[in-house]
Amino acid sequence: MTTPTTEDYIDAAGGDWDEVVAAAQAGSAERLVVNMGPQHPSTHGVLRLILTLDGETVTEARVGIGYLHTGIEKNMEYRTWTQGTTFVTRMDYLTPIFNETAYCLAVEKLLGLTDRIPARADVIRVLMMELNRISSHFVAMATFGMELGATTVMTNGLREREMVLDIFELITGLRMNHAYIRPGGVAQDLPSGAVGKVKELLEEMPKRIAIMRKLLDENPLYLARTRDVAHLNLAGCMALGVTGPLLRASGLGWDLRKAKPYCGYEDYEFDVPVSDGGDVYARYRVRLAEVEQSLRIIEQCLDKLAPGPVMVDDPKVGWPAKLALGPDGLGNSPDHIAHIMGGSMEALIHHFKLVTEGFRVPAGQAYAAVESAKGELGCHAVSDGGTRPHRVHFRDPSFTHLQAVAAMCEGGTVADVIAAVASIDPVMGGVDR
Amino acid sequence: MGIEEKLPSGVILGTVEQVVGLARKSSMWPATFGLACCAIEMMSVGGPHYDLARFGMEKFGATPRQADLMIVAGRVSQKMAPVLRQIYDQMPEPKWVIAMGVCASSGGMFNNYAVVQGVDHIVPVDIYLPGCPPRPEMLLDAVLKLHDKVQNTKLGAHRQREIEELEERALRRSLPLVSQDEGAAR
Amino acid sequence: MSLGEPRRNGNGGGHEEENLPEVAGRERLAAPVQRTGMFGAKTSGDTSGYGGLRVRRTGPPAAERPYTDPGDPRTERFDAVADALEEALRDAPVGYRDAVERVVVDRGEITFHLRREHLAEVARRLRDDPALRFELCLGVTGVHYPEDTGRELHAVYLLRSITHNTEIRVETACPDADPHVPSLVAVYPTNDWHEREAWDFFGIVFDGHPSLTRIEMPDDWHGHPQRKDYPLGGIPVEYRGAKIPPPDERRSYA
Repeated sequence: MTTPTTEDYIDAAGGDWDEVVAAAQAGSAERLVVNMGPQHPSTHGVLRLILTLDGETVTEARVGIGYLHTGIEKNMEYRTWTQGTTFVTRMDYLTPIFNETAYCLAVEKLLGLTDRIPARADVIRVLMMELNRISSHFVAMATFGMELGATTVMTNGLREREMVLDIFELITGLRMNHAYIRPGGVAQDLPSGAVGKVKELLEEMPKRIAIMRKLLDENPLYLARTRDVAHLNLAGCMALGVTGPLLRASGLGWDLRKAKPYCGYEDYEFDVPVSDGGDVYARYRVRLAEVEQSLRIIEQCLDKLAPGPVMVDDPKVGWPAKLALGPDGLGNSPDHIAHIMGGSMEALIHHFKLVTEGFRVPAGQAYAAVESAKGELGCHAVSDGGTRPHRVHFRDPSFTHLQAVAAMCEGGTVADVIAAVASIDPVMGGVDR
Repeated sequence: MGIEEKLPSGVILGTVEQVVGLARKSSMWPATFGLACCAIEMMSVGGPHYDLARFGMEKFGATPRQADLMIVAGRVSQKMAPVLRQIYDQMPEPKWVIAMGVCASSGGMFNNYAVVQGVDHIVPVDIYLPGCPPRPEMLLDAVLKLHDKVQNTKLGAHRQREIEELEERALRRSLPLVSQDEGAAR
Repeated sequence: MSLGEPRRNGNGGGHEEENLPEVAGRERLAAPVQRTGMFGAKTSGDTSGYGGLRVRRTGPPAAERPYTDPGDPRTERFDAVADALEEALRDAPVGYRDAVERVVVDRGEITFHLRREHLAEVARRLRDDPALRFELCLGVTGVHYPEDTGRELHAVYLLRSITHNTEIRVETACPDADPHVPSLVAVYPTNDWHEREAWDFFGIVFDGHPSLTRIEMPDDWHGHPQRKDYPLGGIPVEYRGAKIPPPDERRSYA
């Protein structure tokens, strides 16, 4: 492979590094264009960075995305509203519960059911979301450590995440991609043993957080790599639409859970951690503090868990939620089966229509947003009155935040690009959808 | 009887094929090809809980030139396909591919304009691993099955004959709609 | 509220009643819908996936003042926002009546439908006026309405005011034949990628965007894949000898 050179720059697109060096020495060009990714260990997923370097300094940073574009939004237009949850959960695969909740809140808004969601379903949603926030933040720290070469941070972060995944698996049956939150409520009630497992986590997690703090808070190496690196101030955040931990690390305590409460967040006591560092270290501190607040919320969730239904009491919408596992691995509650198979022909027809054709959603559009682990995750759903979405669009925080890479990296060194991207915590599944 | 009886202790006899297979399977270096959800589970496999290091495979190489196993973990988009092929071409022979998850195996639930319907359209695949995403244990199982395959791969003329046989068998076998009994009986 | 009479305004208190199953059913039968699909399907009777069922209903009608419904706390600031926007546009080259085509209040959300030529001007006022202060734009998304002749492509913006804790939706439309909308990147830099995405998926040209190129699809891709006239693009799936077509091409059993 030949290395293209021009008067101004050398393009190191790939191939033999010796050739690049030789070309750099032969030519008069001073700037080097390096293409990082889309397949590179230090970029989060399939992110492509095109860096123009002047020595060690990054003079221009451009981001290329789309390498994981899956067409999820289009695919959803061919499936029922309920089936949509199976798609959205695979968007940002580290925060599946948030995706599902944002989508379901939008659909419920379209249906006008927002106020009729059972209290228990709301509590379960909050519980799951906060657990998800913990796992997502731990993965953020783990990948950050891995990309900076701190393998201990990675192994610790992934180990902590496993604890949450065990709970998810117990409750939803899956470690990831749960499709657990459904329009109208949740797919099924908490299984026996779930509360005990969550209590175990509540006991264990503070110790794990302490370990993480001990490992990183005052670690001189970590501080050297994160302090005053990839600075983004509040004005920059606002202009670039940056929300979530990044915004809170720049000094504005904006949190949708407080500002626009959903799922009953107004009834929980928690603080919104804020830092005014605006750098990578501040983002880490905010994330870890948020994990602690999440534990507080989860504790309150357990207190609030009162027996009750978990699916809206509307036979036209309420998906059969009283699932019980049969010998074939699938199933429904024996009562429900007896009712539809023996008791009422109409119930059988209704069940069949609801499951195959789905429910109709009145025409119109709605936007619902949740404070995901990464920022404001919004879902804009448009219905034409049919049983399938006319259009569903996700405003993904990672997508918006990646635009800030240029603002964070330009003028810094190459090594800091890695720290900057990792501190954004982008998940390409959510970026490209 | 033969030479086996006269061996001093600590010496094992085997064919060149077996020795090569053993060497290849015990020093497999995967190239990271994390794409989507499966990549996270692949990372978990490298993590302390599932510990891929038990098989000497914890070195997830950044460079395809020092790797011989590509674990395609996630959906491959049309935009990613040329990149994937380039990385595959950069890997030295012999090399193996695991298609991790249904998206990499067949496109999965994303049967649409954006996703390549199975990574086997681009690169030859040795192991298809179902699941969405597969559990880390399933990936470990796939890796072990691949080890088995690598261990038993023949060399040279034997390999040629093996390929011909496999091809003939694949042509003979049809995929019946309902049961595979018929195919198995043949 | 009887079903025949037009709604007084979009949030007119009948929401809970309207969504009760039996009322929804009655309304469904009364409404002029174009329905193809299940039971009498012309294209597809398949119920396992995409049935080709189409129900076309127009969205909620334009609302009239007052926008604030005392019974719905979500609508509390709507009148204030509309007043402030009217006030902010008083000294502008374009008046409120010229810029705002109609206002829809629905499901506790307010949507300002703007004429596209005035979009940038209005957005700047929305951001800068102290009574409005919509500092945060949550991006733009395209929606394709093939039936809405002359205004097929809609660009939908969500604006959030952190100062006043309010959110509004701004919508503008352009015809398929002339898919041009002014870019808002100068006002809201965050719209850079969002506008590129809307161009990539819907073919809406944002005039004045610094580099309107494809973002998600490969650069040499043809067409704009999330438009309604673009096929889903699935391929038939073979499973043990049987072929299953993609959801949008399944055969009809009718």
